[in-house]
Amino acid sequence: MTNHAPAEITAFVTASGSRPSDSLSDDTLRDMYWMMLLSRRLDERAWILHRQGRIAFHISGMGHEACQVGAGFAINRGVDYVHPYYRDLALVLTVGFPPEGFMLSLLGKAGEPSSGARQMPSHFSAKWLNILSHSSPVATQVPQAAGLAFAIQYKISHGLQDPHDDTQPRLALTCLGEGSTSQGEWHEGMNWAGVHKLPFICLVQNNIYAISVPVERQMAVNDVADRAAAYGVEGLVVDGNDILACYDVMSYARDKAYAGDGATLIEAKTYRPVPHSSDDDDRSYRTRDEVEQWKKKDPISRFQKVLLDRGVLTQNAINDLEAKAKSVVDSAQHAAEDAPYPDVEPNLDPRSVYAPGDFA
Amino acid sequence: MRNMTLIDAIREAMDEEMARDERVFITGEDVGQRGGVFRATMGLFDKYGPTRIIDSPLAELSIVAIGIGAAMADLRPICEIQFADFIHPAMNQIMNEAAKMYYRSNGTWNVPMTIRAPYGGGIGGALYHSQSLEAYFTHCPGLKVVIPSTPHDAKGLLKSAVRDPNPVLYFEPKKGYRAIKGDVPDGEYMVPIGPVNITHTGSDVTVYAYGMMAHYCLQAAEMVKQQDGISTEVVDVRTLLPVDRDGILNSFKKTGKALIVYEDNFTMGYGAEIAAVLADDGFEYMDGPIRRLAGPDVPGVPFSHPVQEEFMPSPQKIADAIRDLAAY
Repeated sequence: MTNHAPAEITAFVTASGSRPSDSLSDDTLRDMYWMMLLSRRLDERAWILHRQGRIAFHISGMGHEACQVGAGFAINRGVDYVHPYYRDLALVLTVGFPPEGFMLSLLGKAGEPSSGARQMPSHFSAKWLNILSHSSPVATQVPQAAGLAFAIQYKISHGLQDPHDDTQPRLALTCLGEGSTSQGEWHEGMNWAGVHKLPFICLVQNNIYAISVPVERQMAVNDVADRAAAYGVEGLVVDGNDILACYDVMSYARDKAYAGDGATLIEAKTYRPVPHSSDDDDRSYRTRDEVEQWKKKDPISRFQKVLLDRGVLTQNAINDLEAKAKSVVDSAQHAAEDAPYPDVEPNLDPRSVYAPGDFA
Repeated sequence: MRNMTLIDAIREAMDEEMARDERVFITGEDVGQRGGVFRATMGLFDKYGPTRIIDSPLAELSIVAIGIGAAMADLRPICEIQFADFIHPAMNQIMNEAAKMYYRSNGTWNVPMTIRAPYGGGIGGALYHSQSLEAYFTHCPGLKVVIPSTPHDAKGLLKSAVRDPNPVLYFEPKKGYRAIKGDVPDGEYMVPIGPVNITHTGSDVTVYAYGMMAHYCLQAAEMVKQQDGISTEVVDVRTLLPVDRDGILNSFKKTGKALIVYEDNFTMGYGAEIAAVLADDGFEYMDGPIRRLAGPDVPGVPFSHPVQEEFMPSPQKIADAIRDLAAY
């Protein structure tokens, strides 16, 4: 097994020499920390519930919280389109997805917001937040997200949307893993984004492994970001475990998209410290030593240290947030446990398959 | 009322829908200045410009996927697949994505998209420009599948497809693009997606068909009427999915004999579903075997002319099959 140790990545700085994260308020920084923490604690609870035999399946976003929360805070949350993938728990929570919705999905209970418990857990969707519904085959969301971005550009060019109206989506953000960039769908979506200079951001969360297959068996280039050149799209590499660096690069890509200056591919280098899913055993394909090296780069403890050093957080405040997270996770779990299962009949009724004629 | 070709009716439907609703756009290979390889979009580029008639990269799945995204963002895409034979790279987006979107999002996201694709043989197109693929897609809940056979229906059904809140796959019998002519009303009209249409009334045998075969069946019905005095009812299926089970059954109640004609491969073709509907719900009316006349089970239509001609069901073969059934 090849060792995939973490590498140092220089932080992104804009042409003017500034970092967009420098202007984040202390309140916002605390909110960002809170979203990372909440996502982590929900994720951990899901693993526990699985090990207790109370849920059938969990697919984790652990370790990816920095790039996801950084991305979420950089866009117009709940308005800009987000076409996520199954590791995007922290991203969708940041956009406004309810924690109990996640717990309902784990348990397959009525009221599950993404799919009415038709899809597996972590297949997120929330139309009221402009979070698109995605499937399990990877990269399918990418060319669709290019279609969303195309629609934004189309509406603006035809006077159907004011380009500065922040009640309307002004960019499409889509996410996937590095392995998924091997799919033709990814390439075809990137190509449209390049040809039409779409307001499109593709965030590749490179955690080195596609289940067991390491990145060097996935592509012959060193960085996924290198692939952007083939489509005339700017490709940027960022330390995916450094939330402020992720926020910086996402803010740059957002400004570009809003200004009509085209698409950006962001490769966030990160790591999944847990198996691919609750059905995976990662001991067969990577060393414990490697996992331990990456755990030292944990995005939440790193950000906590930054905030403590800056005086934005105190140990007491951290303890309070921990207690709050436990309370939110507990009540989400209990609400989901108390919820009924969905009625069988409407879910197996062929009439539920088609939108009615007067559908908006 | 005007007499026009099938392809002119298709173009007129798109033109009217684009004029009516600025959210309607067309994308596909060569649909722009070239006006499409079959000229379906001829003149529309000049009228609506490059931002509404968009030449796509040569990549079919992206044509469909861009359409899905744009449709969910409340535009009304018309995606052209140059030949149905080239739709396979897009099948994941059509079957796993567009078709399942409404159901998998519990009725929150929908995909109001039309996919047009010329299909069928008899034009010297061989294995990869002749395919009939309707059976793959009619096995996929969430899609609507439409195949018009007349200019009247082609226009009215395409307008309905553009306005439908669901993904509609609209297959066009390309052999009939210019060969099929018919009356088209002046002014706006729609043909609803759903019901079959009886195009020739009769009482001895019912023949079910769609697309080019619906024309051949009309010709065959005239042949057996004049030569043998057999009264044939022709049901133009038009909408293949959702299945109009009542419409299919109603004619059979009258005749008790059914011939189903399609140019796709025989085994597991769309005719199998019609046969099953009749067997399930029409047993008490049955007065003979339910017969299918279809293409042979070889992978595609061969290029060489006499072989191609023998592959396709012809009016003569259909007439023979009607005679056999009438005599049963």
